[in-house]
Amino acid sequence: MPPDFRFQGAGRHLQKDMLGDWFRALEGAPQAGEPVAYQMIGGNVAELLRNFGYHLVFPEVNALQCGIKHASADLLLKAEDLGYSPDVCGYVKNDIGLLHSGNVSPMGKLPPPSLLVCTYSGCRTYIKWFEALAEYYQAPLFVLDVPYRRVSDLSDLAKPREEDIAYVVAQLEELITVCERQTGRRFDMDRLREDLARSQEAEDLWAGIMDAARHRPSPIDAYFEAVFFMAPINVLRGSEACLRYYRQTWAEIQERVEFGLGPVPEERVRVVIEGPPPWMRFRDFWDMFKAWGVVAVASTYVHVGGLYQAGVRHDPLRPLESMAEVCSNAYCNWNLELRAELLHRWVRDFQADALVIHSVKSCRSFSVGQADTREHFTKDLGIPTLFVESDLVDGRYFSAAQIKNRVDAFFERLAHKKLVEAGGAA
Amino acid sequence: MIVAGVDVGSTATKAVVMDENLRVLGRGLVPTGANVTRAAERVFAVAIAEAGLNDCDVSYIVGTGYGRYKVSFGHAQITEISCHARGAAFLFPETRTIVDIGGQDTKAIRIAAGGEVLDFSMNDKCAAGTGRFLESAAQVMGIELEELGPLSLASRLPLKITNVCTVFVETEIMSHLARGKKPEDILRGVHNSIASRTMALLRRVGIEEAVTFTGGVARNGGIVEALEERLGVKLRLSPDSQFIGALGAALFALERSNALGTQPLHAAEQRG
Repeated sequence: MPPDFRFQGAGRHLQKDMLGDWFRALEGAPQAGEPVAYQMIGGNVAELLRNFGYHLVFPEVNALQCGIKHASADLLLKAEDLGYSPDVCGYVKNDIGLLHSGNVSPMGKLPPPSLLVCTYSGCRTYIKWFEALAEYYQAPLFVLDVPYRRVSDLSDLAKPREEDIAYVVAQLEELITVCERQTGRRFDMDRLREDLARSQEAEDLWAGIMDAARHRPSPIDAYFEAVFFMAPINVLRGSEACLRYYRQTWAEIQERVEFGLGPVPEERVRVVIEGPPPWMRFRDFWDMFKAWGVVAVASTYVHVGGLYQAGVRHDPLRPLESMAEVCSNAYCNWNLELRAELLHRWVRDFQADALVIHSVKSCRSFSVGQADTREHFTKDLGIPTLFVESDLVDGRYFSAAQIKNRVDAFFERLAHKKLVEAGGAA
Repeated sequence: MIVAGVDVGSTATKAVVMDENLRVLGRGLVPTGANVTRAAERVFAVAIAEAGLNDCDVSYIVGTGYGRYKVSFGHAQITEISCHARGAAFLFPETRTIVDIGGQDTKAIRIAAGGEVLDFSMNDKCAAGTGRFLESAAQVMGIELEELGPLSLASRLPLKITNVCTVFVETEIMSHLARGKKPEDILRGVHNSIASRTMALLRRVGIEEAVTFTGGVARNGGIVEALEERLGVKLRLSPDSQFIGALGAALFALERSNALGTQPLHAAEQRG
């Protein structure tokens, strides 16, 4: 008789309800006369904006939802009809196409913004995206200019320069006055501290969930599953619901460890994955890896909002400073050297057999330098590295046969190597 | 014991039938066409007929190539990357780097002694620098595919072909023709363009001698010369370059067949 699991799948249901509640509140915001702020996932300042009663919209989340629900293709063409080049980021075109098609995402109708906060400045395209939204909606735009993590103190990966933090804190103070002016509400430091305390606890749990992949077999796929687990820490961070979700998911993962449950029936290969998923072919892509018993034990994509697994935390005792540190430590804000060091540590600490790089055409923030990372891993570190290319949401760049060929050739070779090393060479 | 390898490529489907003494008993080559499964069946029938055998004599079959999962009668599927590595190492044991140019893709593969794949790199999403690029050039110039190589070698003033797109290159060729440029100079430019793109893939995996050239395009002397010029070394070439993938598949089939019963089948045995 299989054991009676208490927590398996419970997190998924809870998340569905939470995201449903979030979107219902969003849909009701215009009628209730409540303000709405749009922001990026990277460096997002959810706790600060919620302090003024803003409802939060994340255009990137809408784009990925369209991708995973197979709704992107028409929206991309719509944006291209409007004059956007095929080379422009798929997320941007998906969003532009969406707002020119009634602005109804697969999760619900999107309210117009009262304020646009471009929280990630490492990607110039994102700034242009928010400028386009500002023009379309005639809404005020605040660009939070977060200095790129360009220095490489490899002794403490998540420690930005003090002057950079001071620079971001000054901007957060400026944002506070912008929000006060727009909403007519006073900034409430006590509430911010309460929210940040909840954020901190949720971040501890989330980092612990990701670290559980050290077990053999890993109880979690740190890429294909974690991209779903990551939603609340990015979009609902600081709320009671978010904290409740991670407490429950922590219990779910502990139960998996207890019973030796994993994302594949038999874990044969452990990998670290770099780069975003191809949302429009997510299941097909995962199946290619599952077929070889591959489990991701760490991944960079789940840290686009903040590198909590690398030790970054919000801190109620240092509210604005810790928010600035999280903004600085969104994965895409790290330079290549920091990224490579993190990947190498993960391969070592999580006992991974290989690195997988999924390079997406849309996102230069990820893809620039990935060829160098591949070379560094294969040639300098001797770590087998698979490099596959497609896109975040644009199905035209997903060549299934070619990708499968690369994946099969790579794992066929690893399987053969393991066979030979085990002394059982065919 | 008789085994076979069936290589379903984008343009041609090839088969090799082999015995346990590593002797090739029969081969077949048919155009792949629209019905991939049928092409695999046909080529297998051709190869076993050449070997003077029946299909029930063959104990183990490995499918390879992009259509490997369509080899419905195959016992296992292995990518052409592994199969080209195995086939090239069999024909030229000193091989450490392989360049494989087929109908729609180009691969650079670095191997260890014995044919184990160490690293590989390939084009995808775009047929620039593949056999299809040559086919486009042949078509627009009204020249048979087999004549391209010899004609390009007669060039004295190679032109620079800047387009990497297989479709747009036709326009570029037409504009050169309209300006009265010599066909051999245009063709040499086309060959040089393919060789340059191939070199980029090769550099990605690292070039170590000896370098073996496999795939259908290896029969084109123009590409061979353009690549050798850039590499600065002589390429290992087999007159049977098109069959190297199928040969490698047959060698894997023999190993698997020998190991069967004593070894668990490794993960590549799964059906896709």
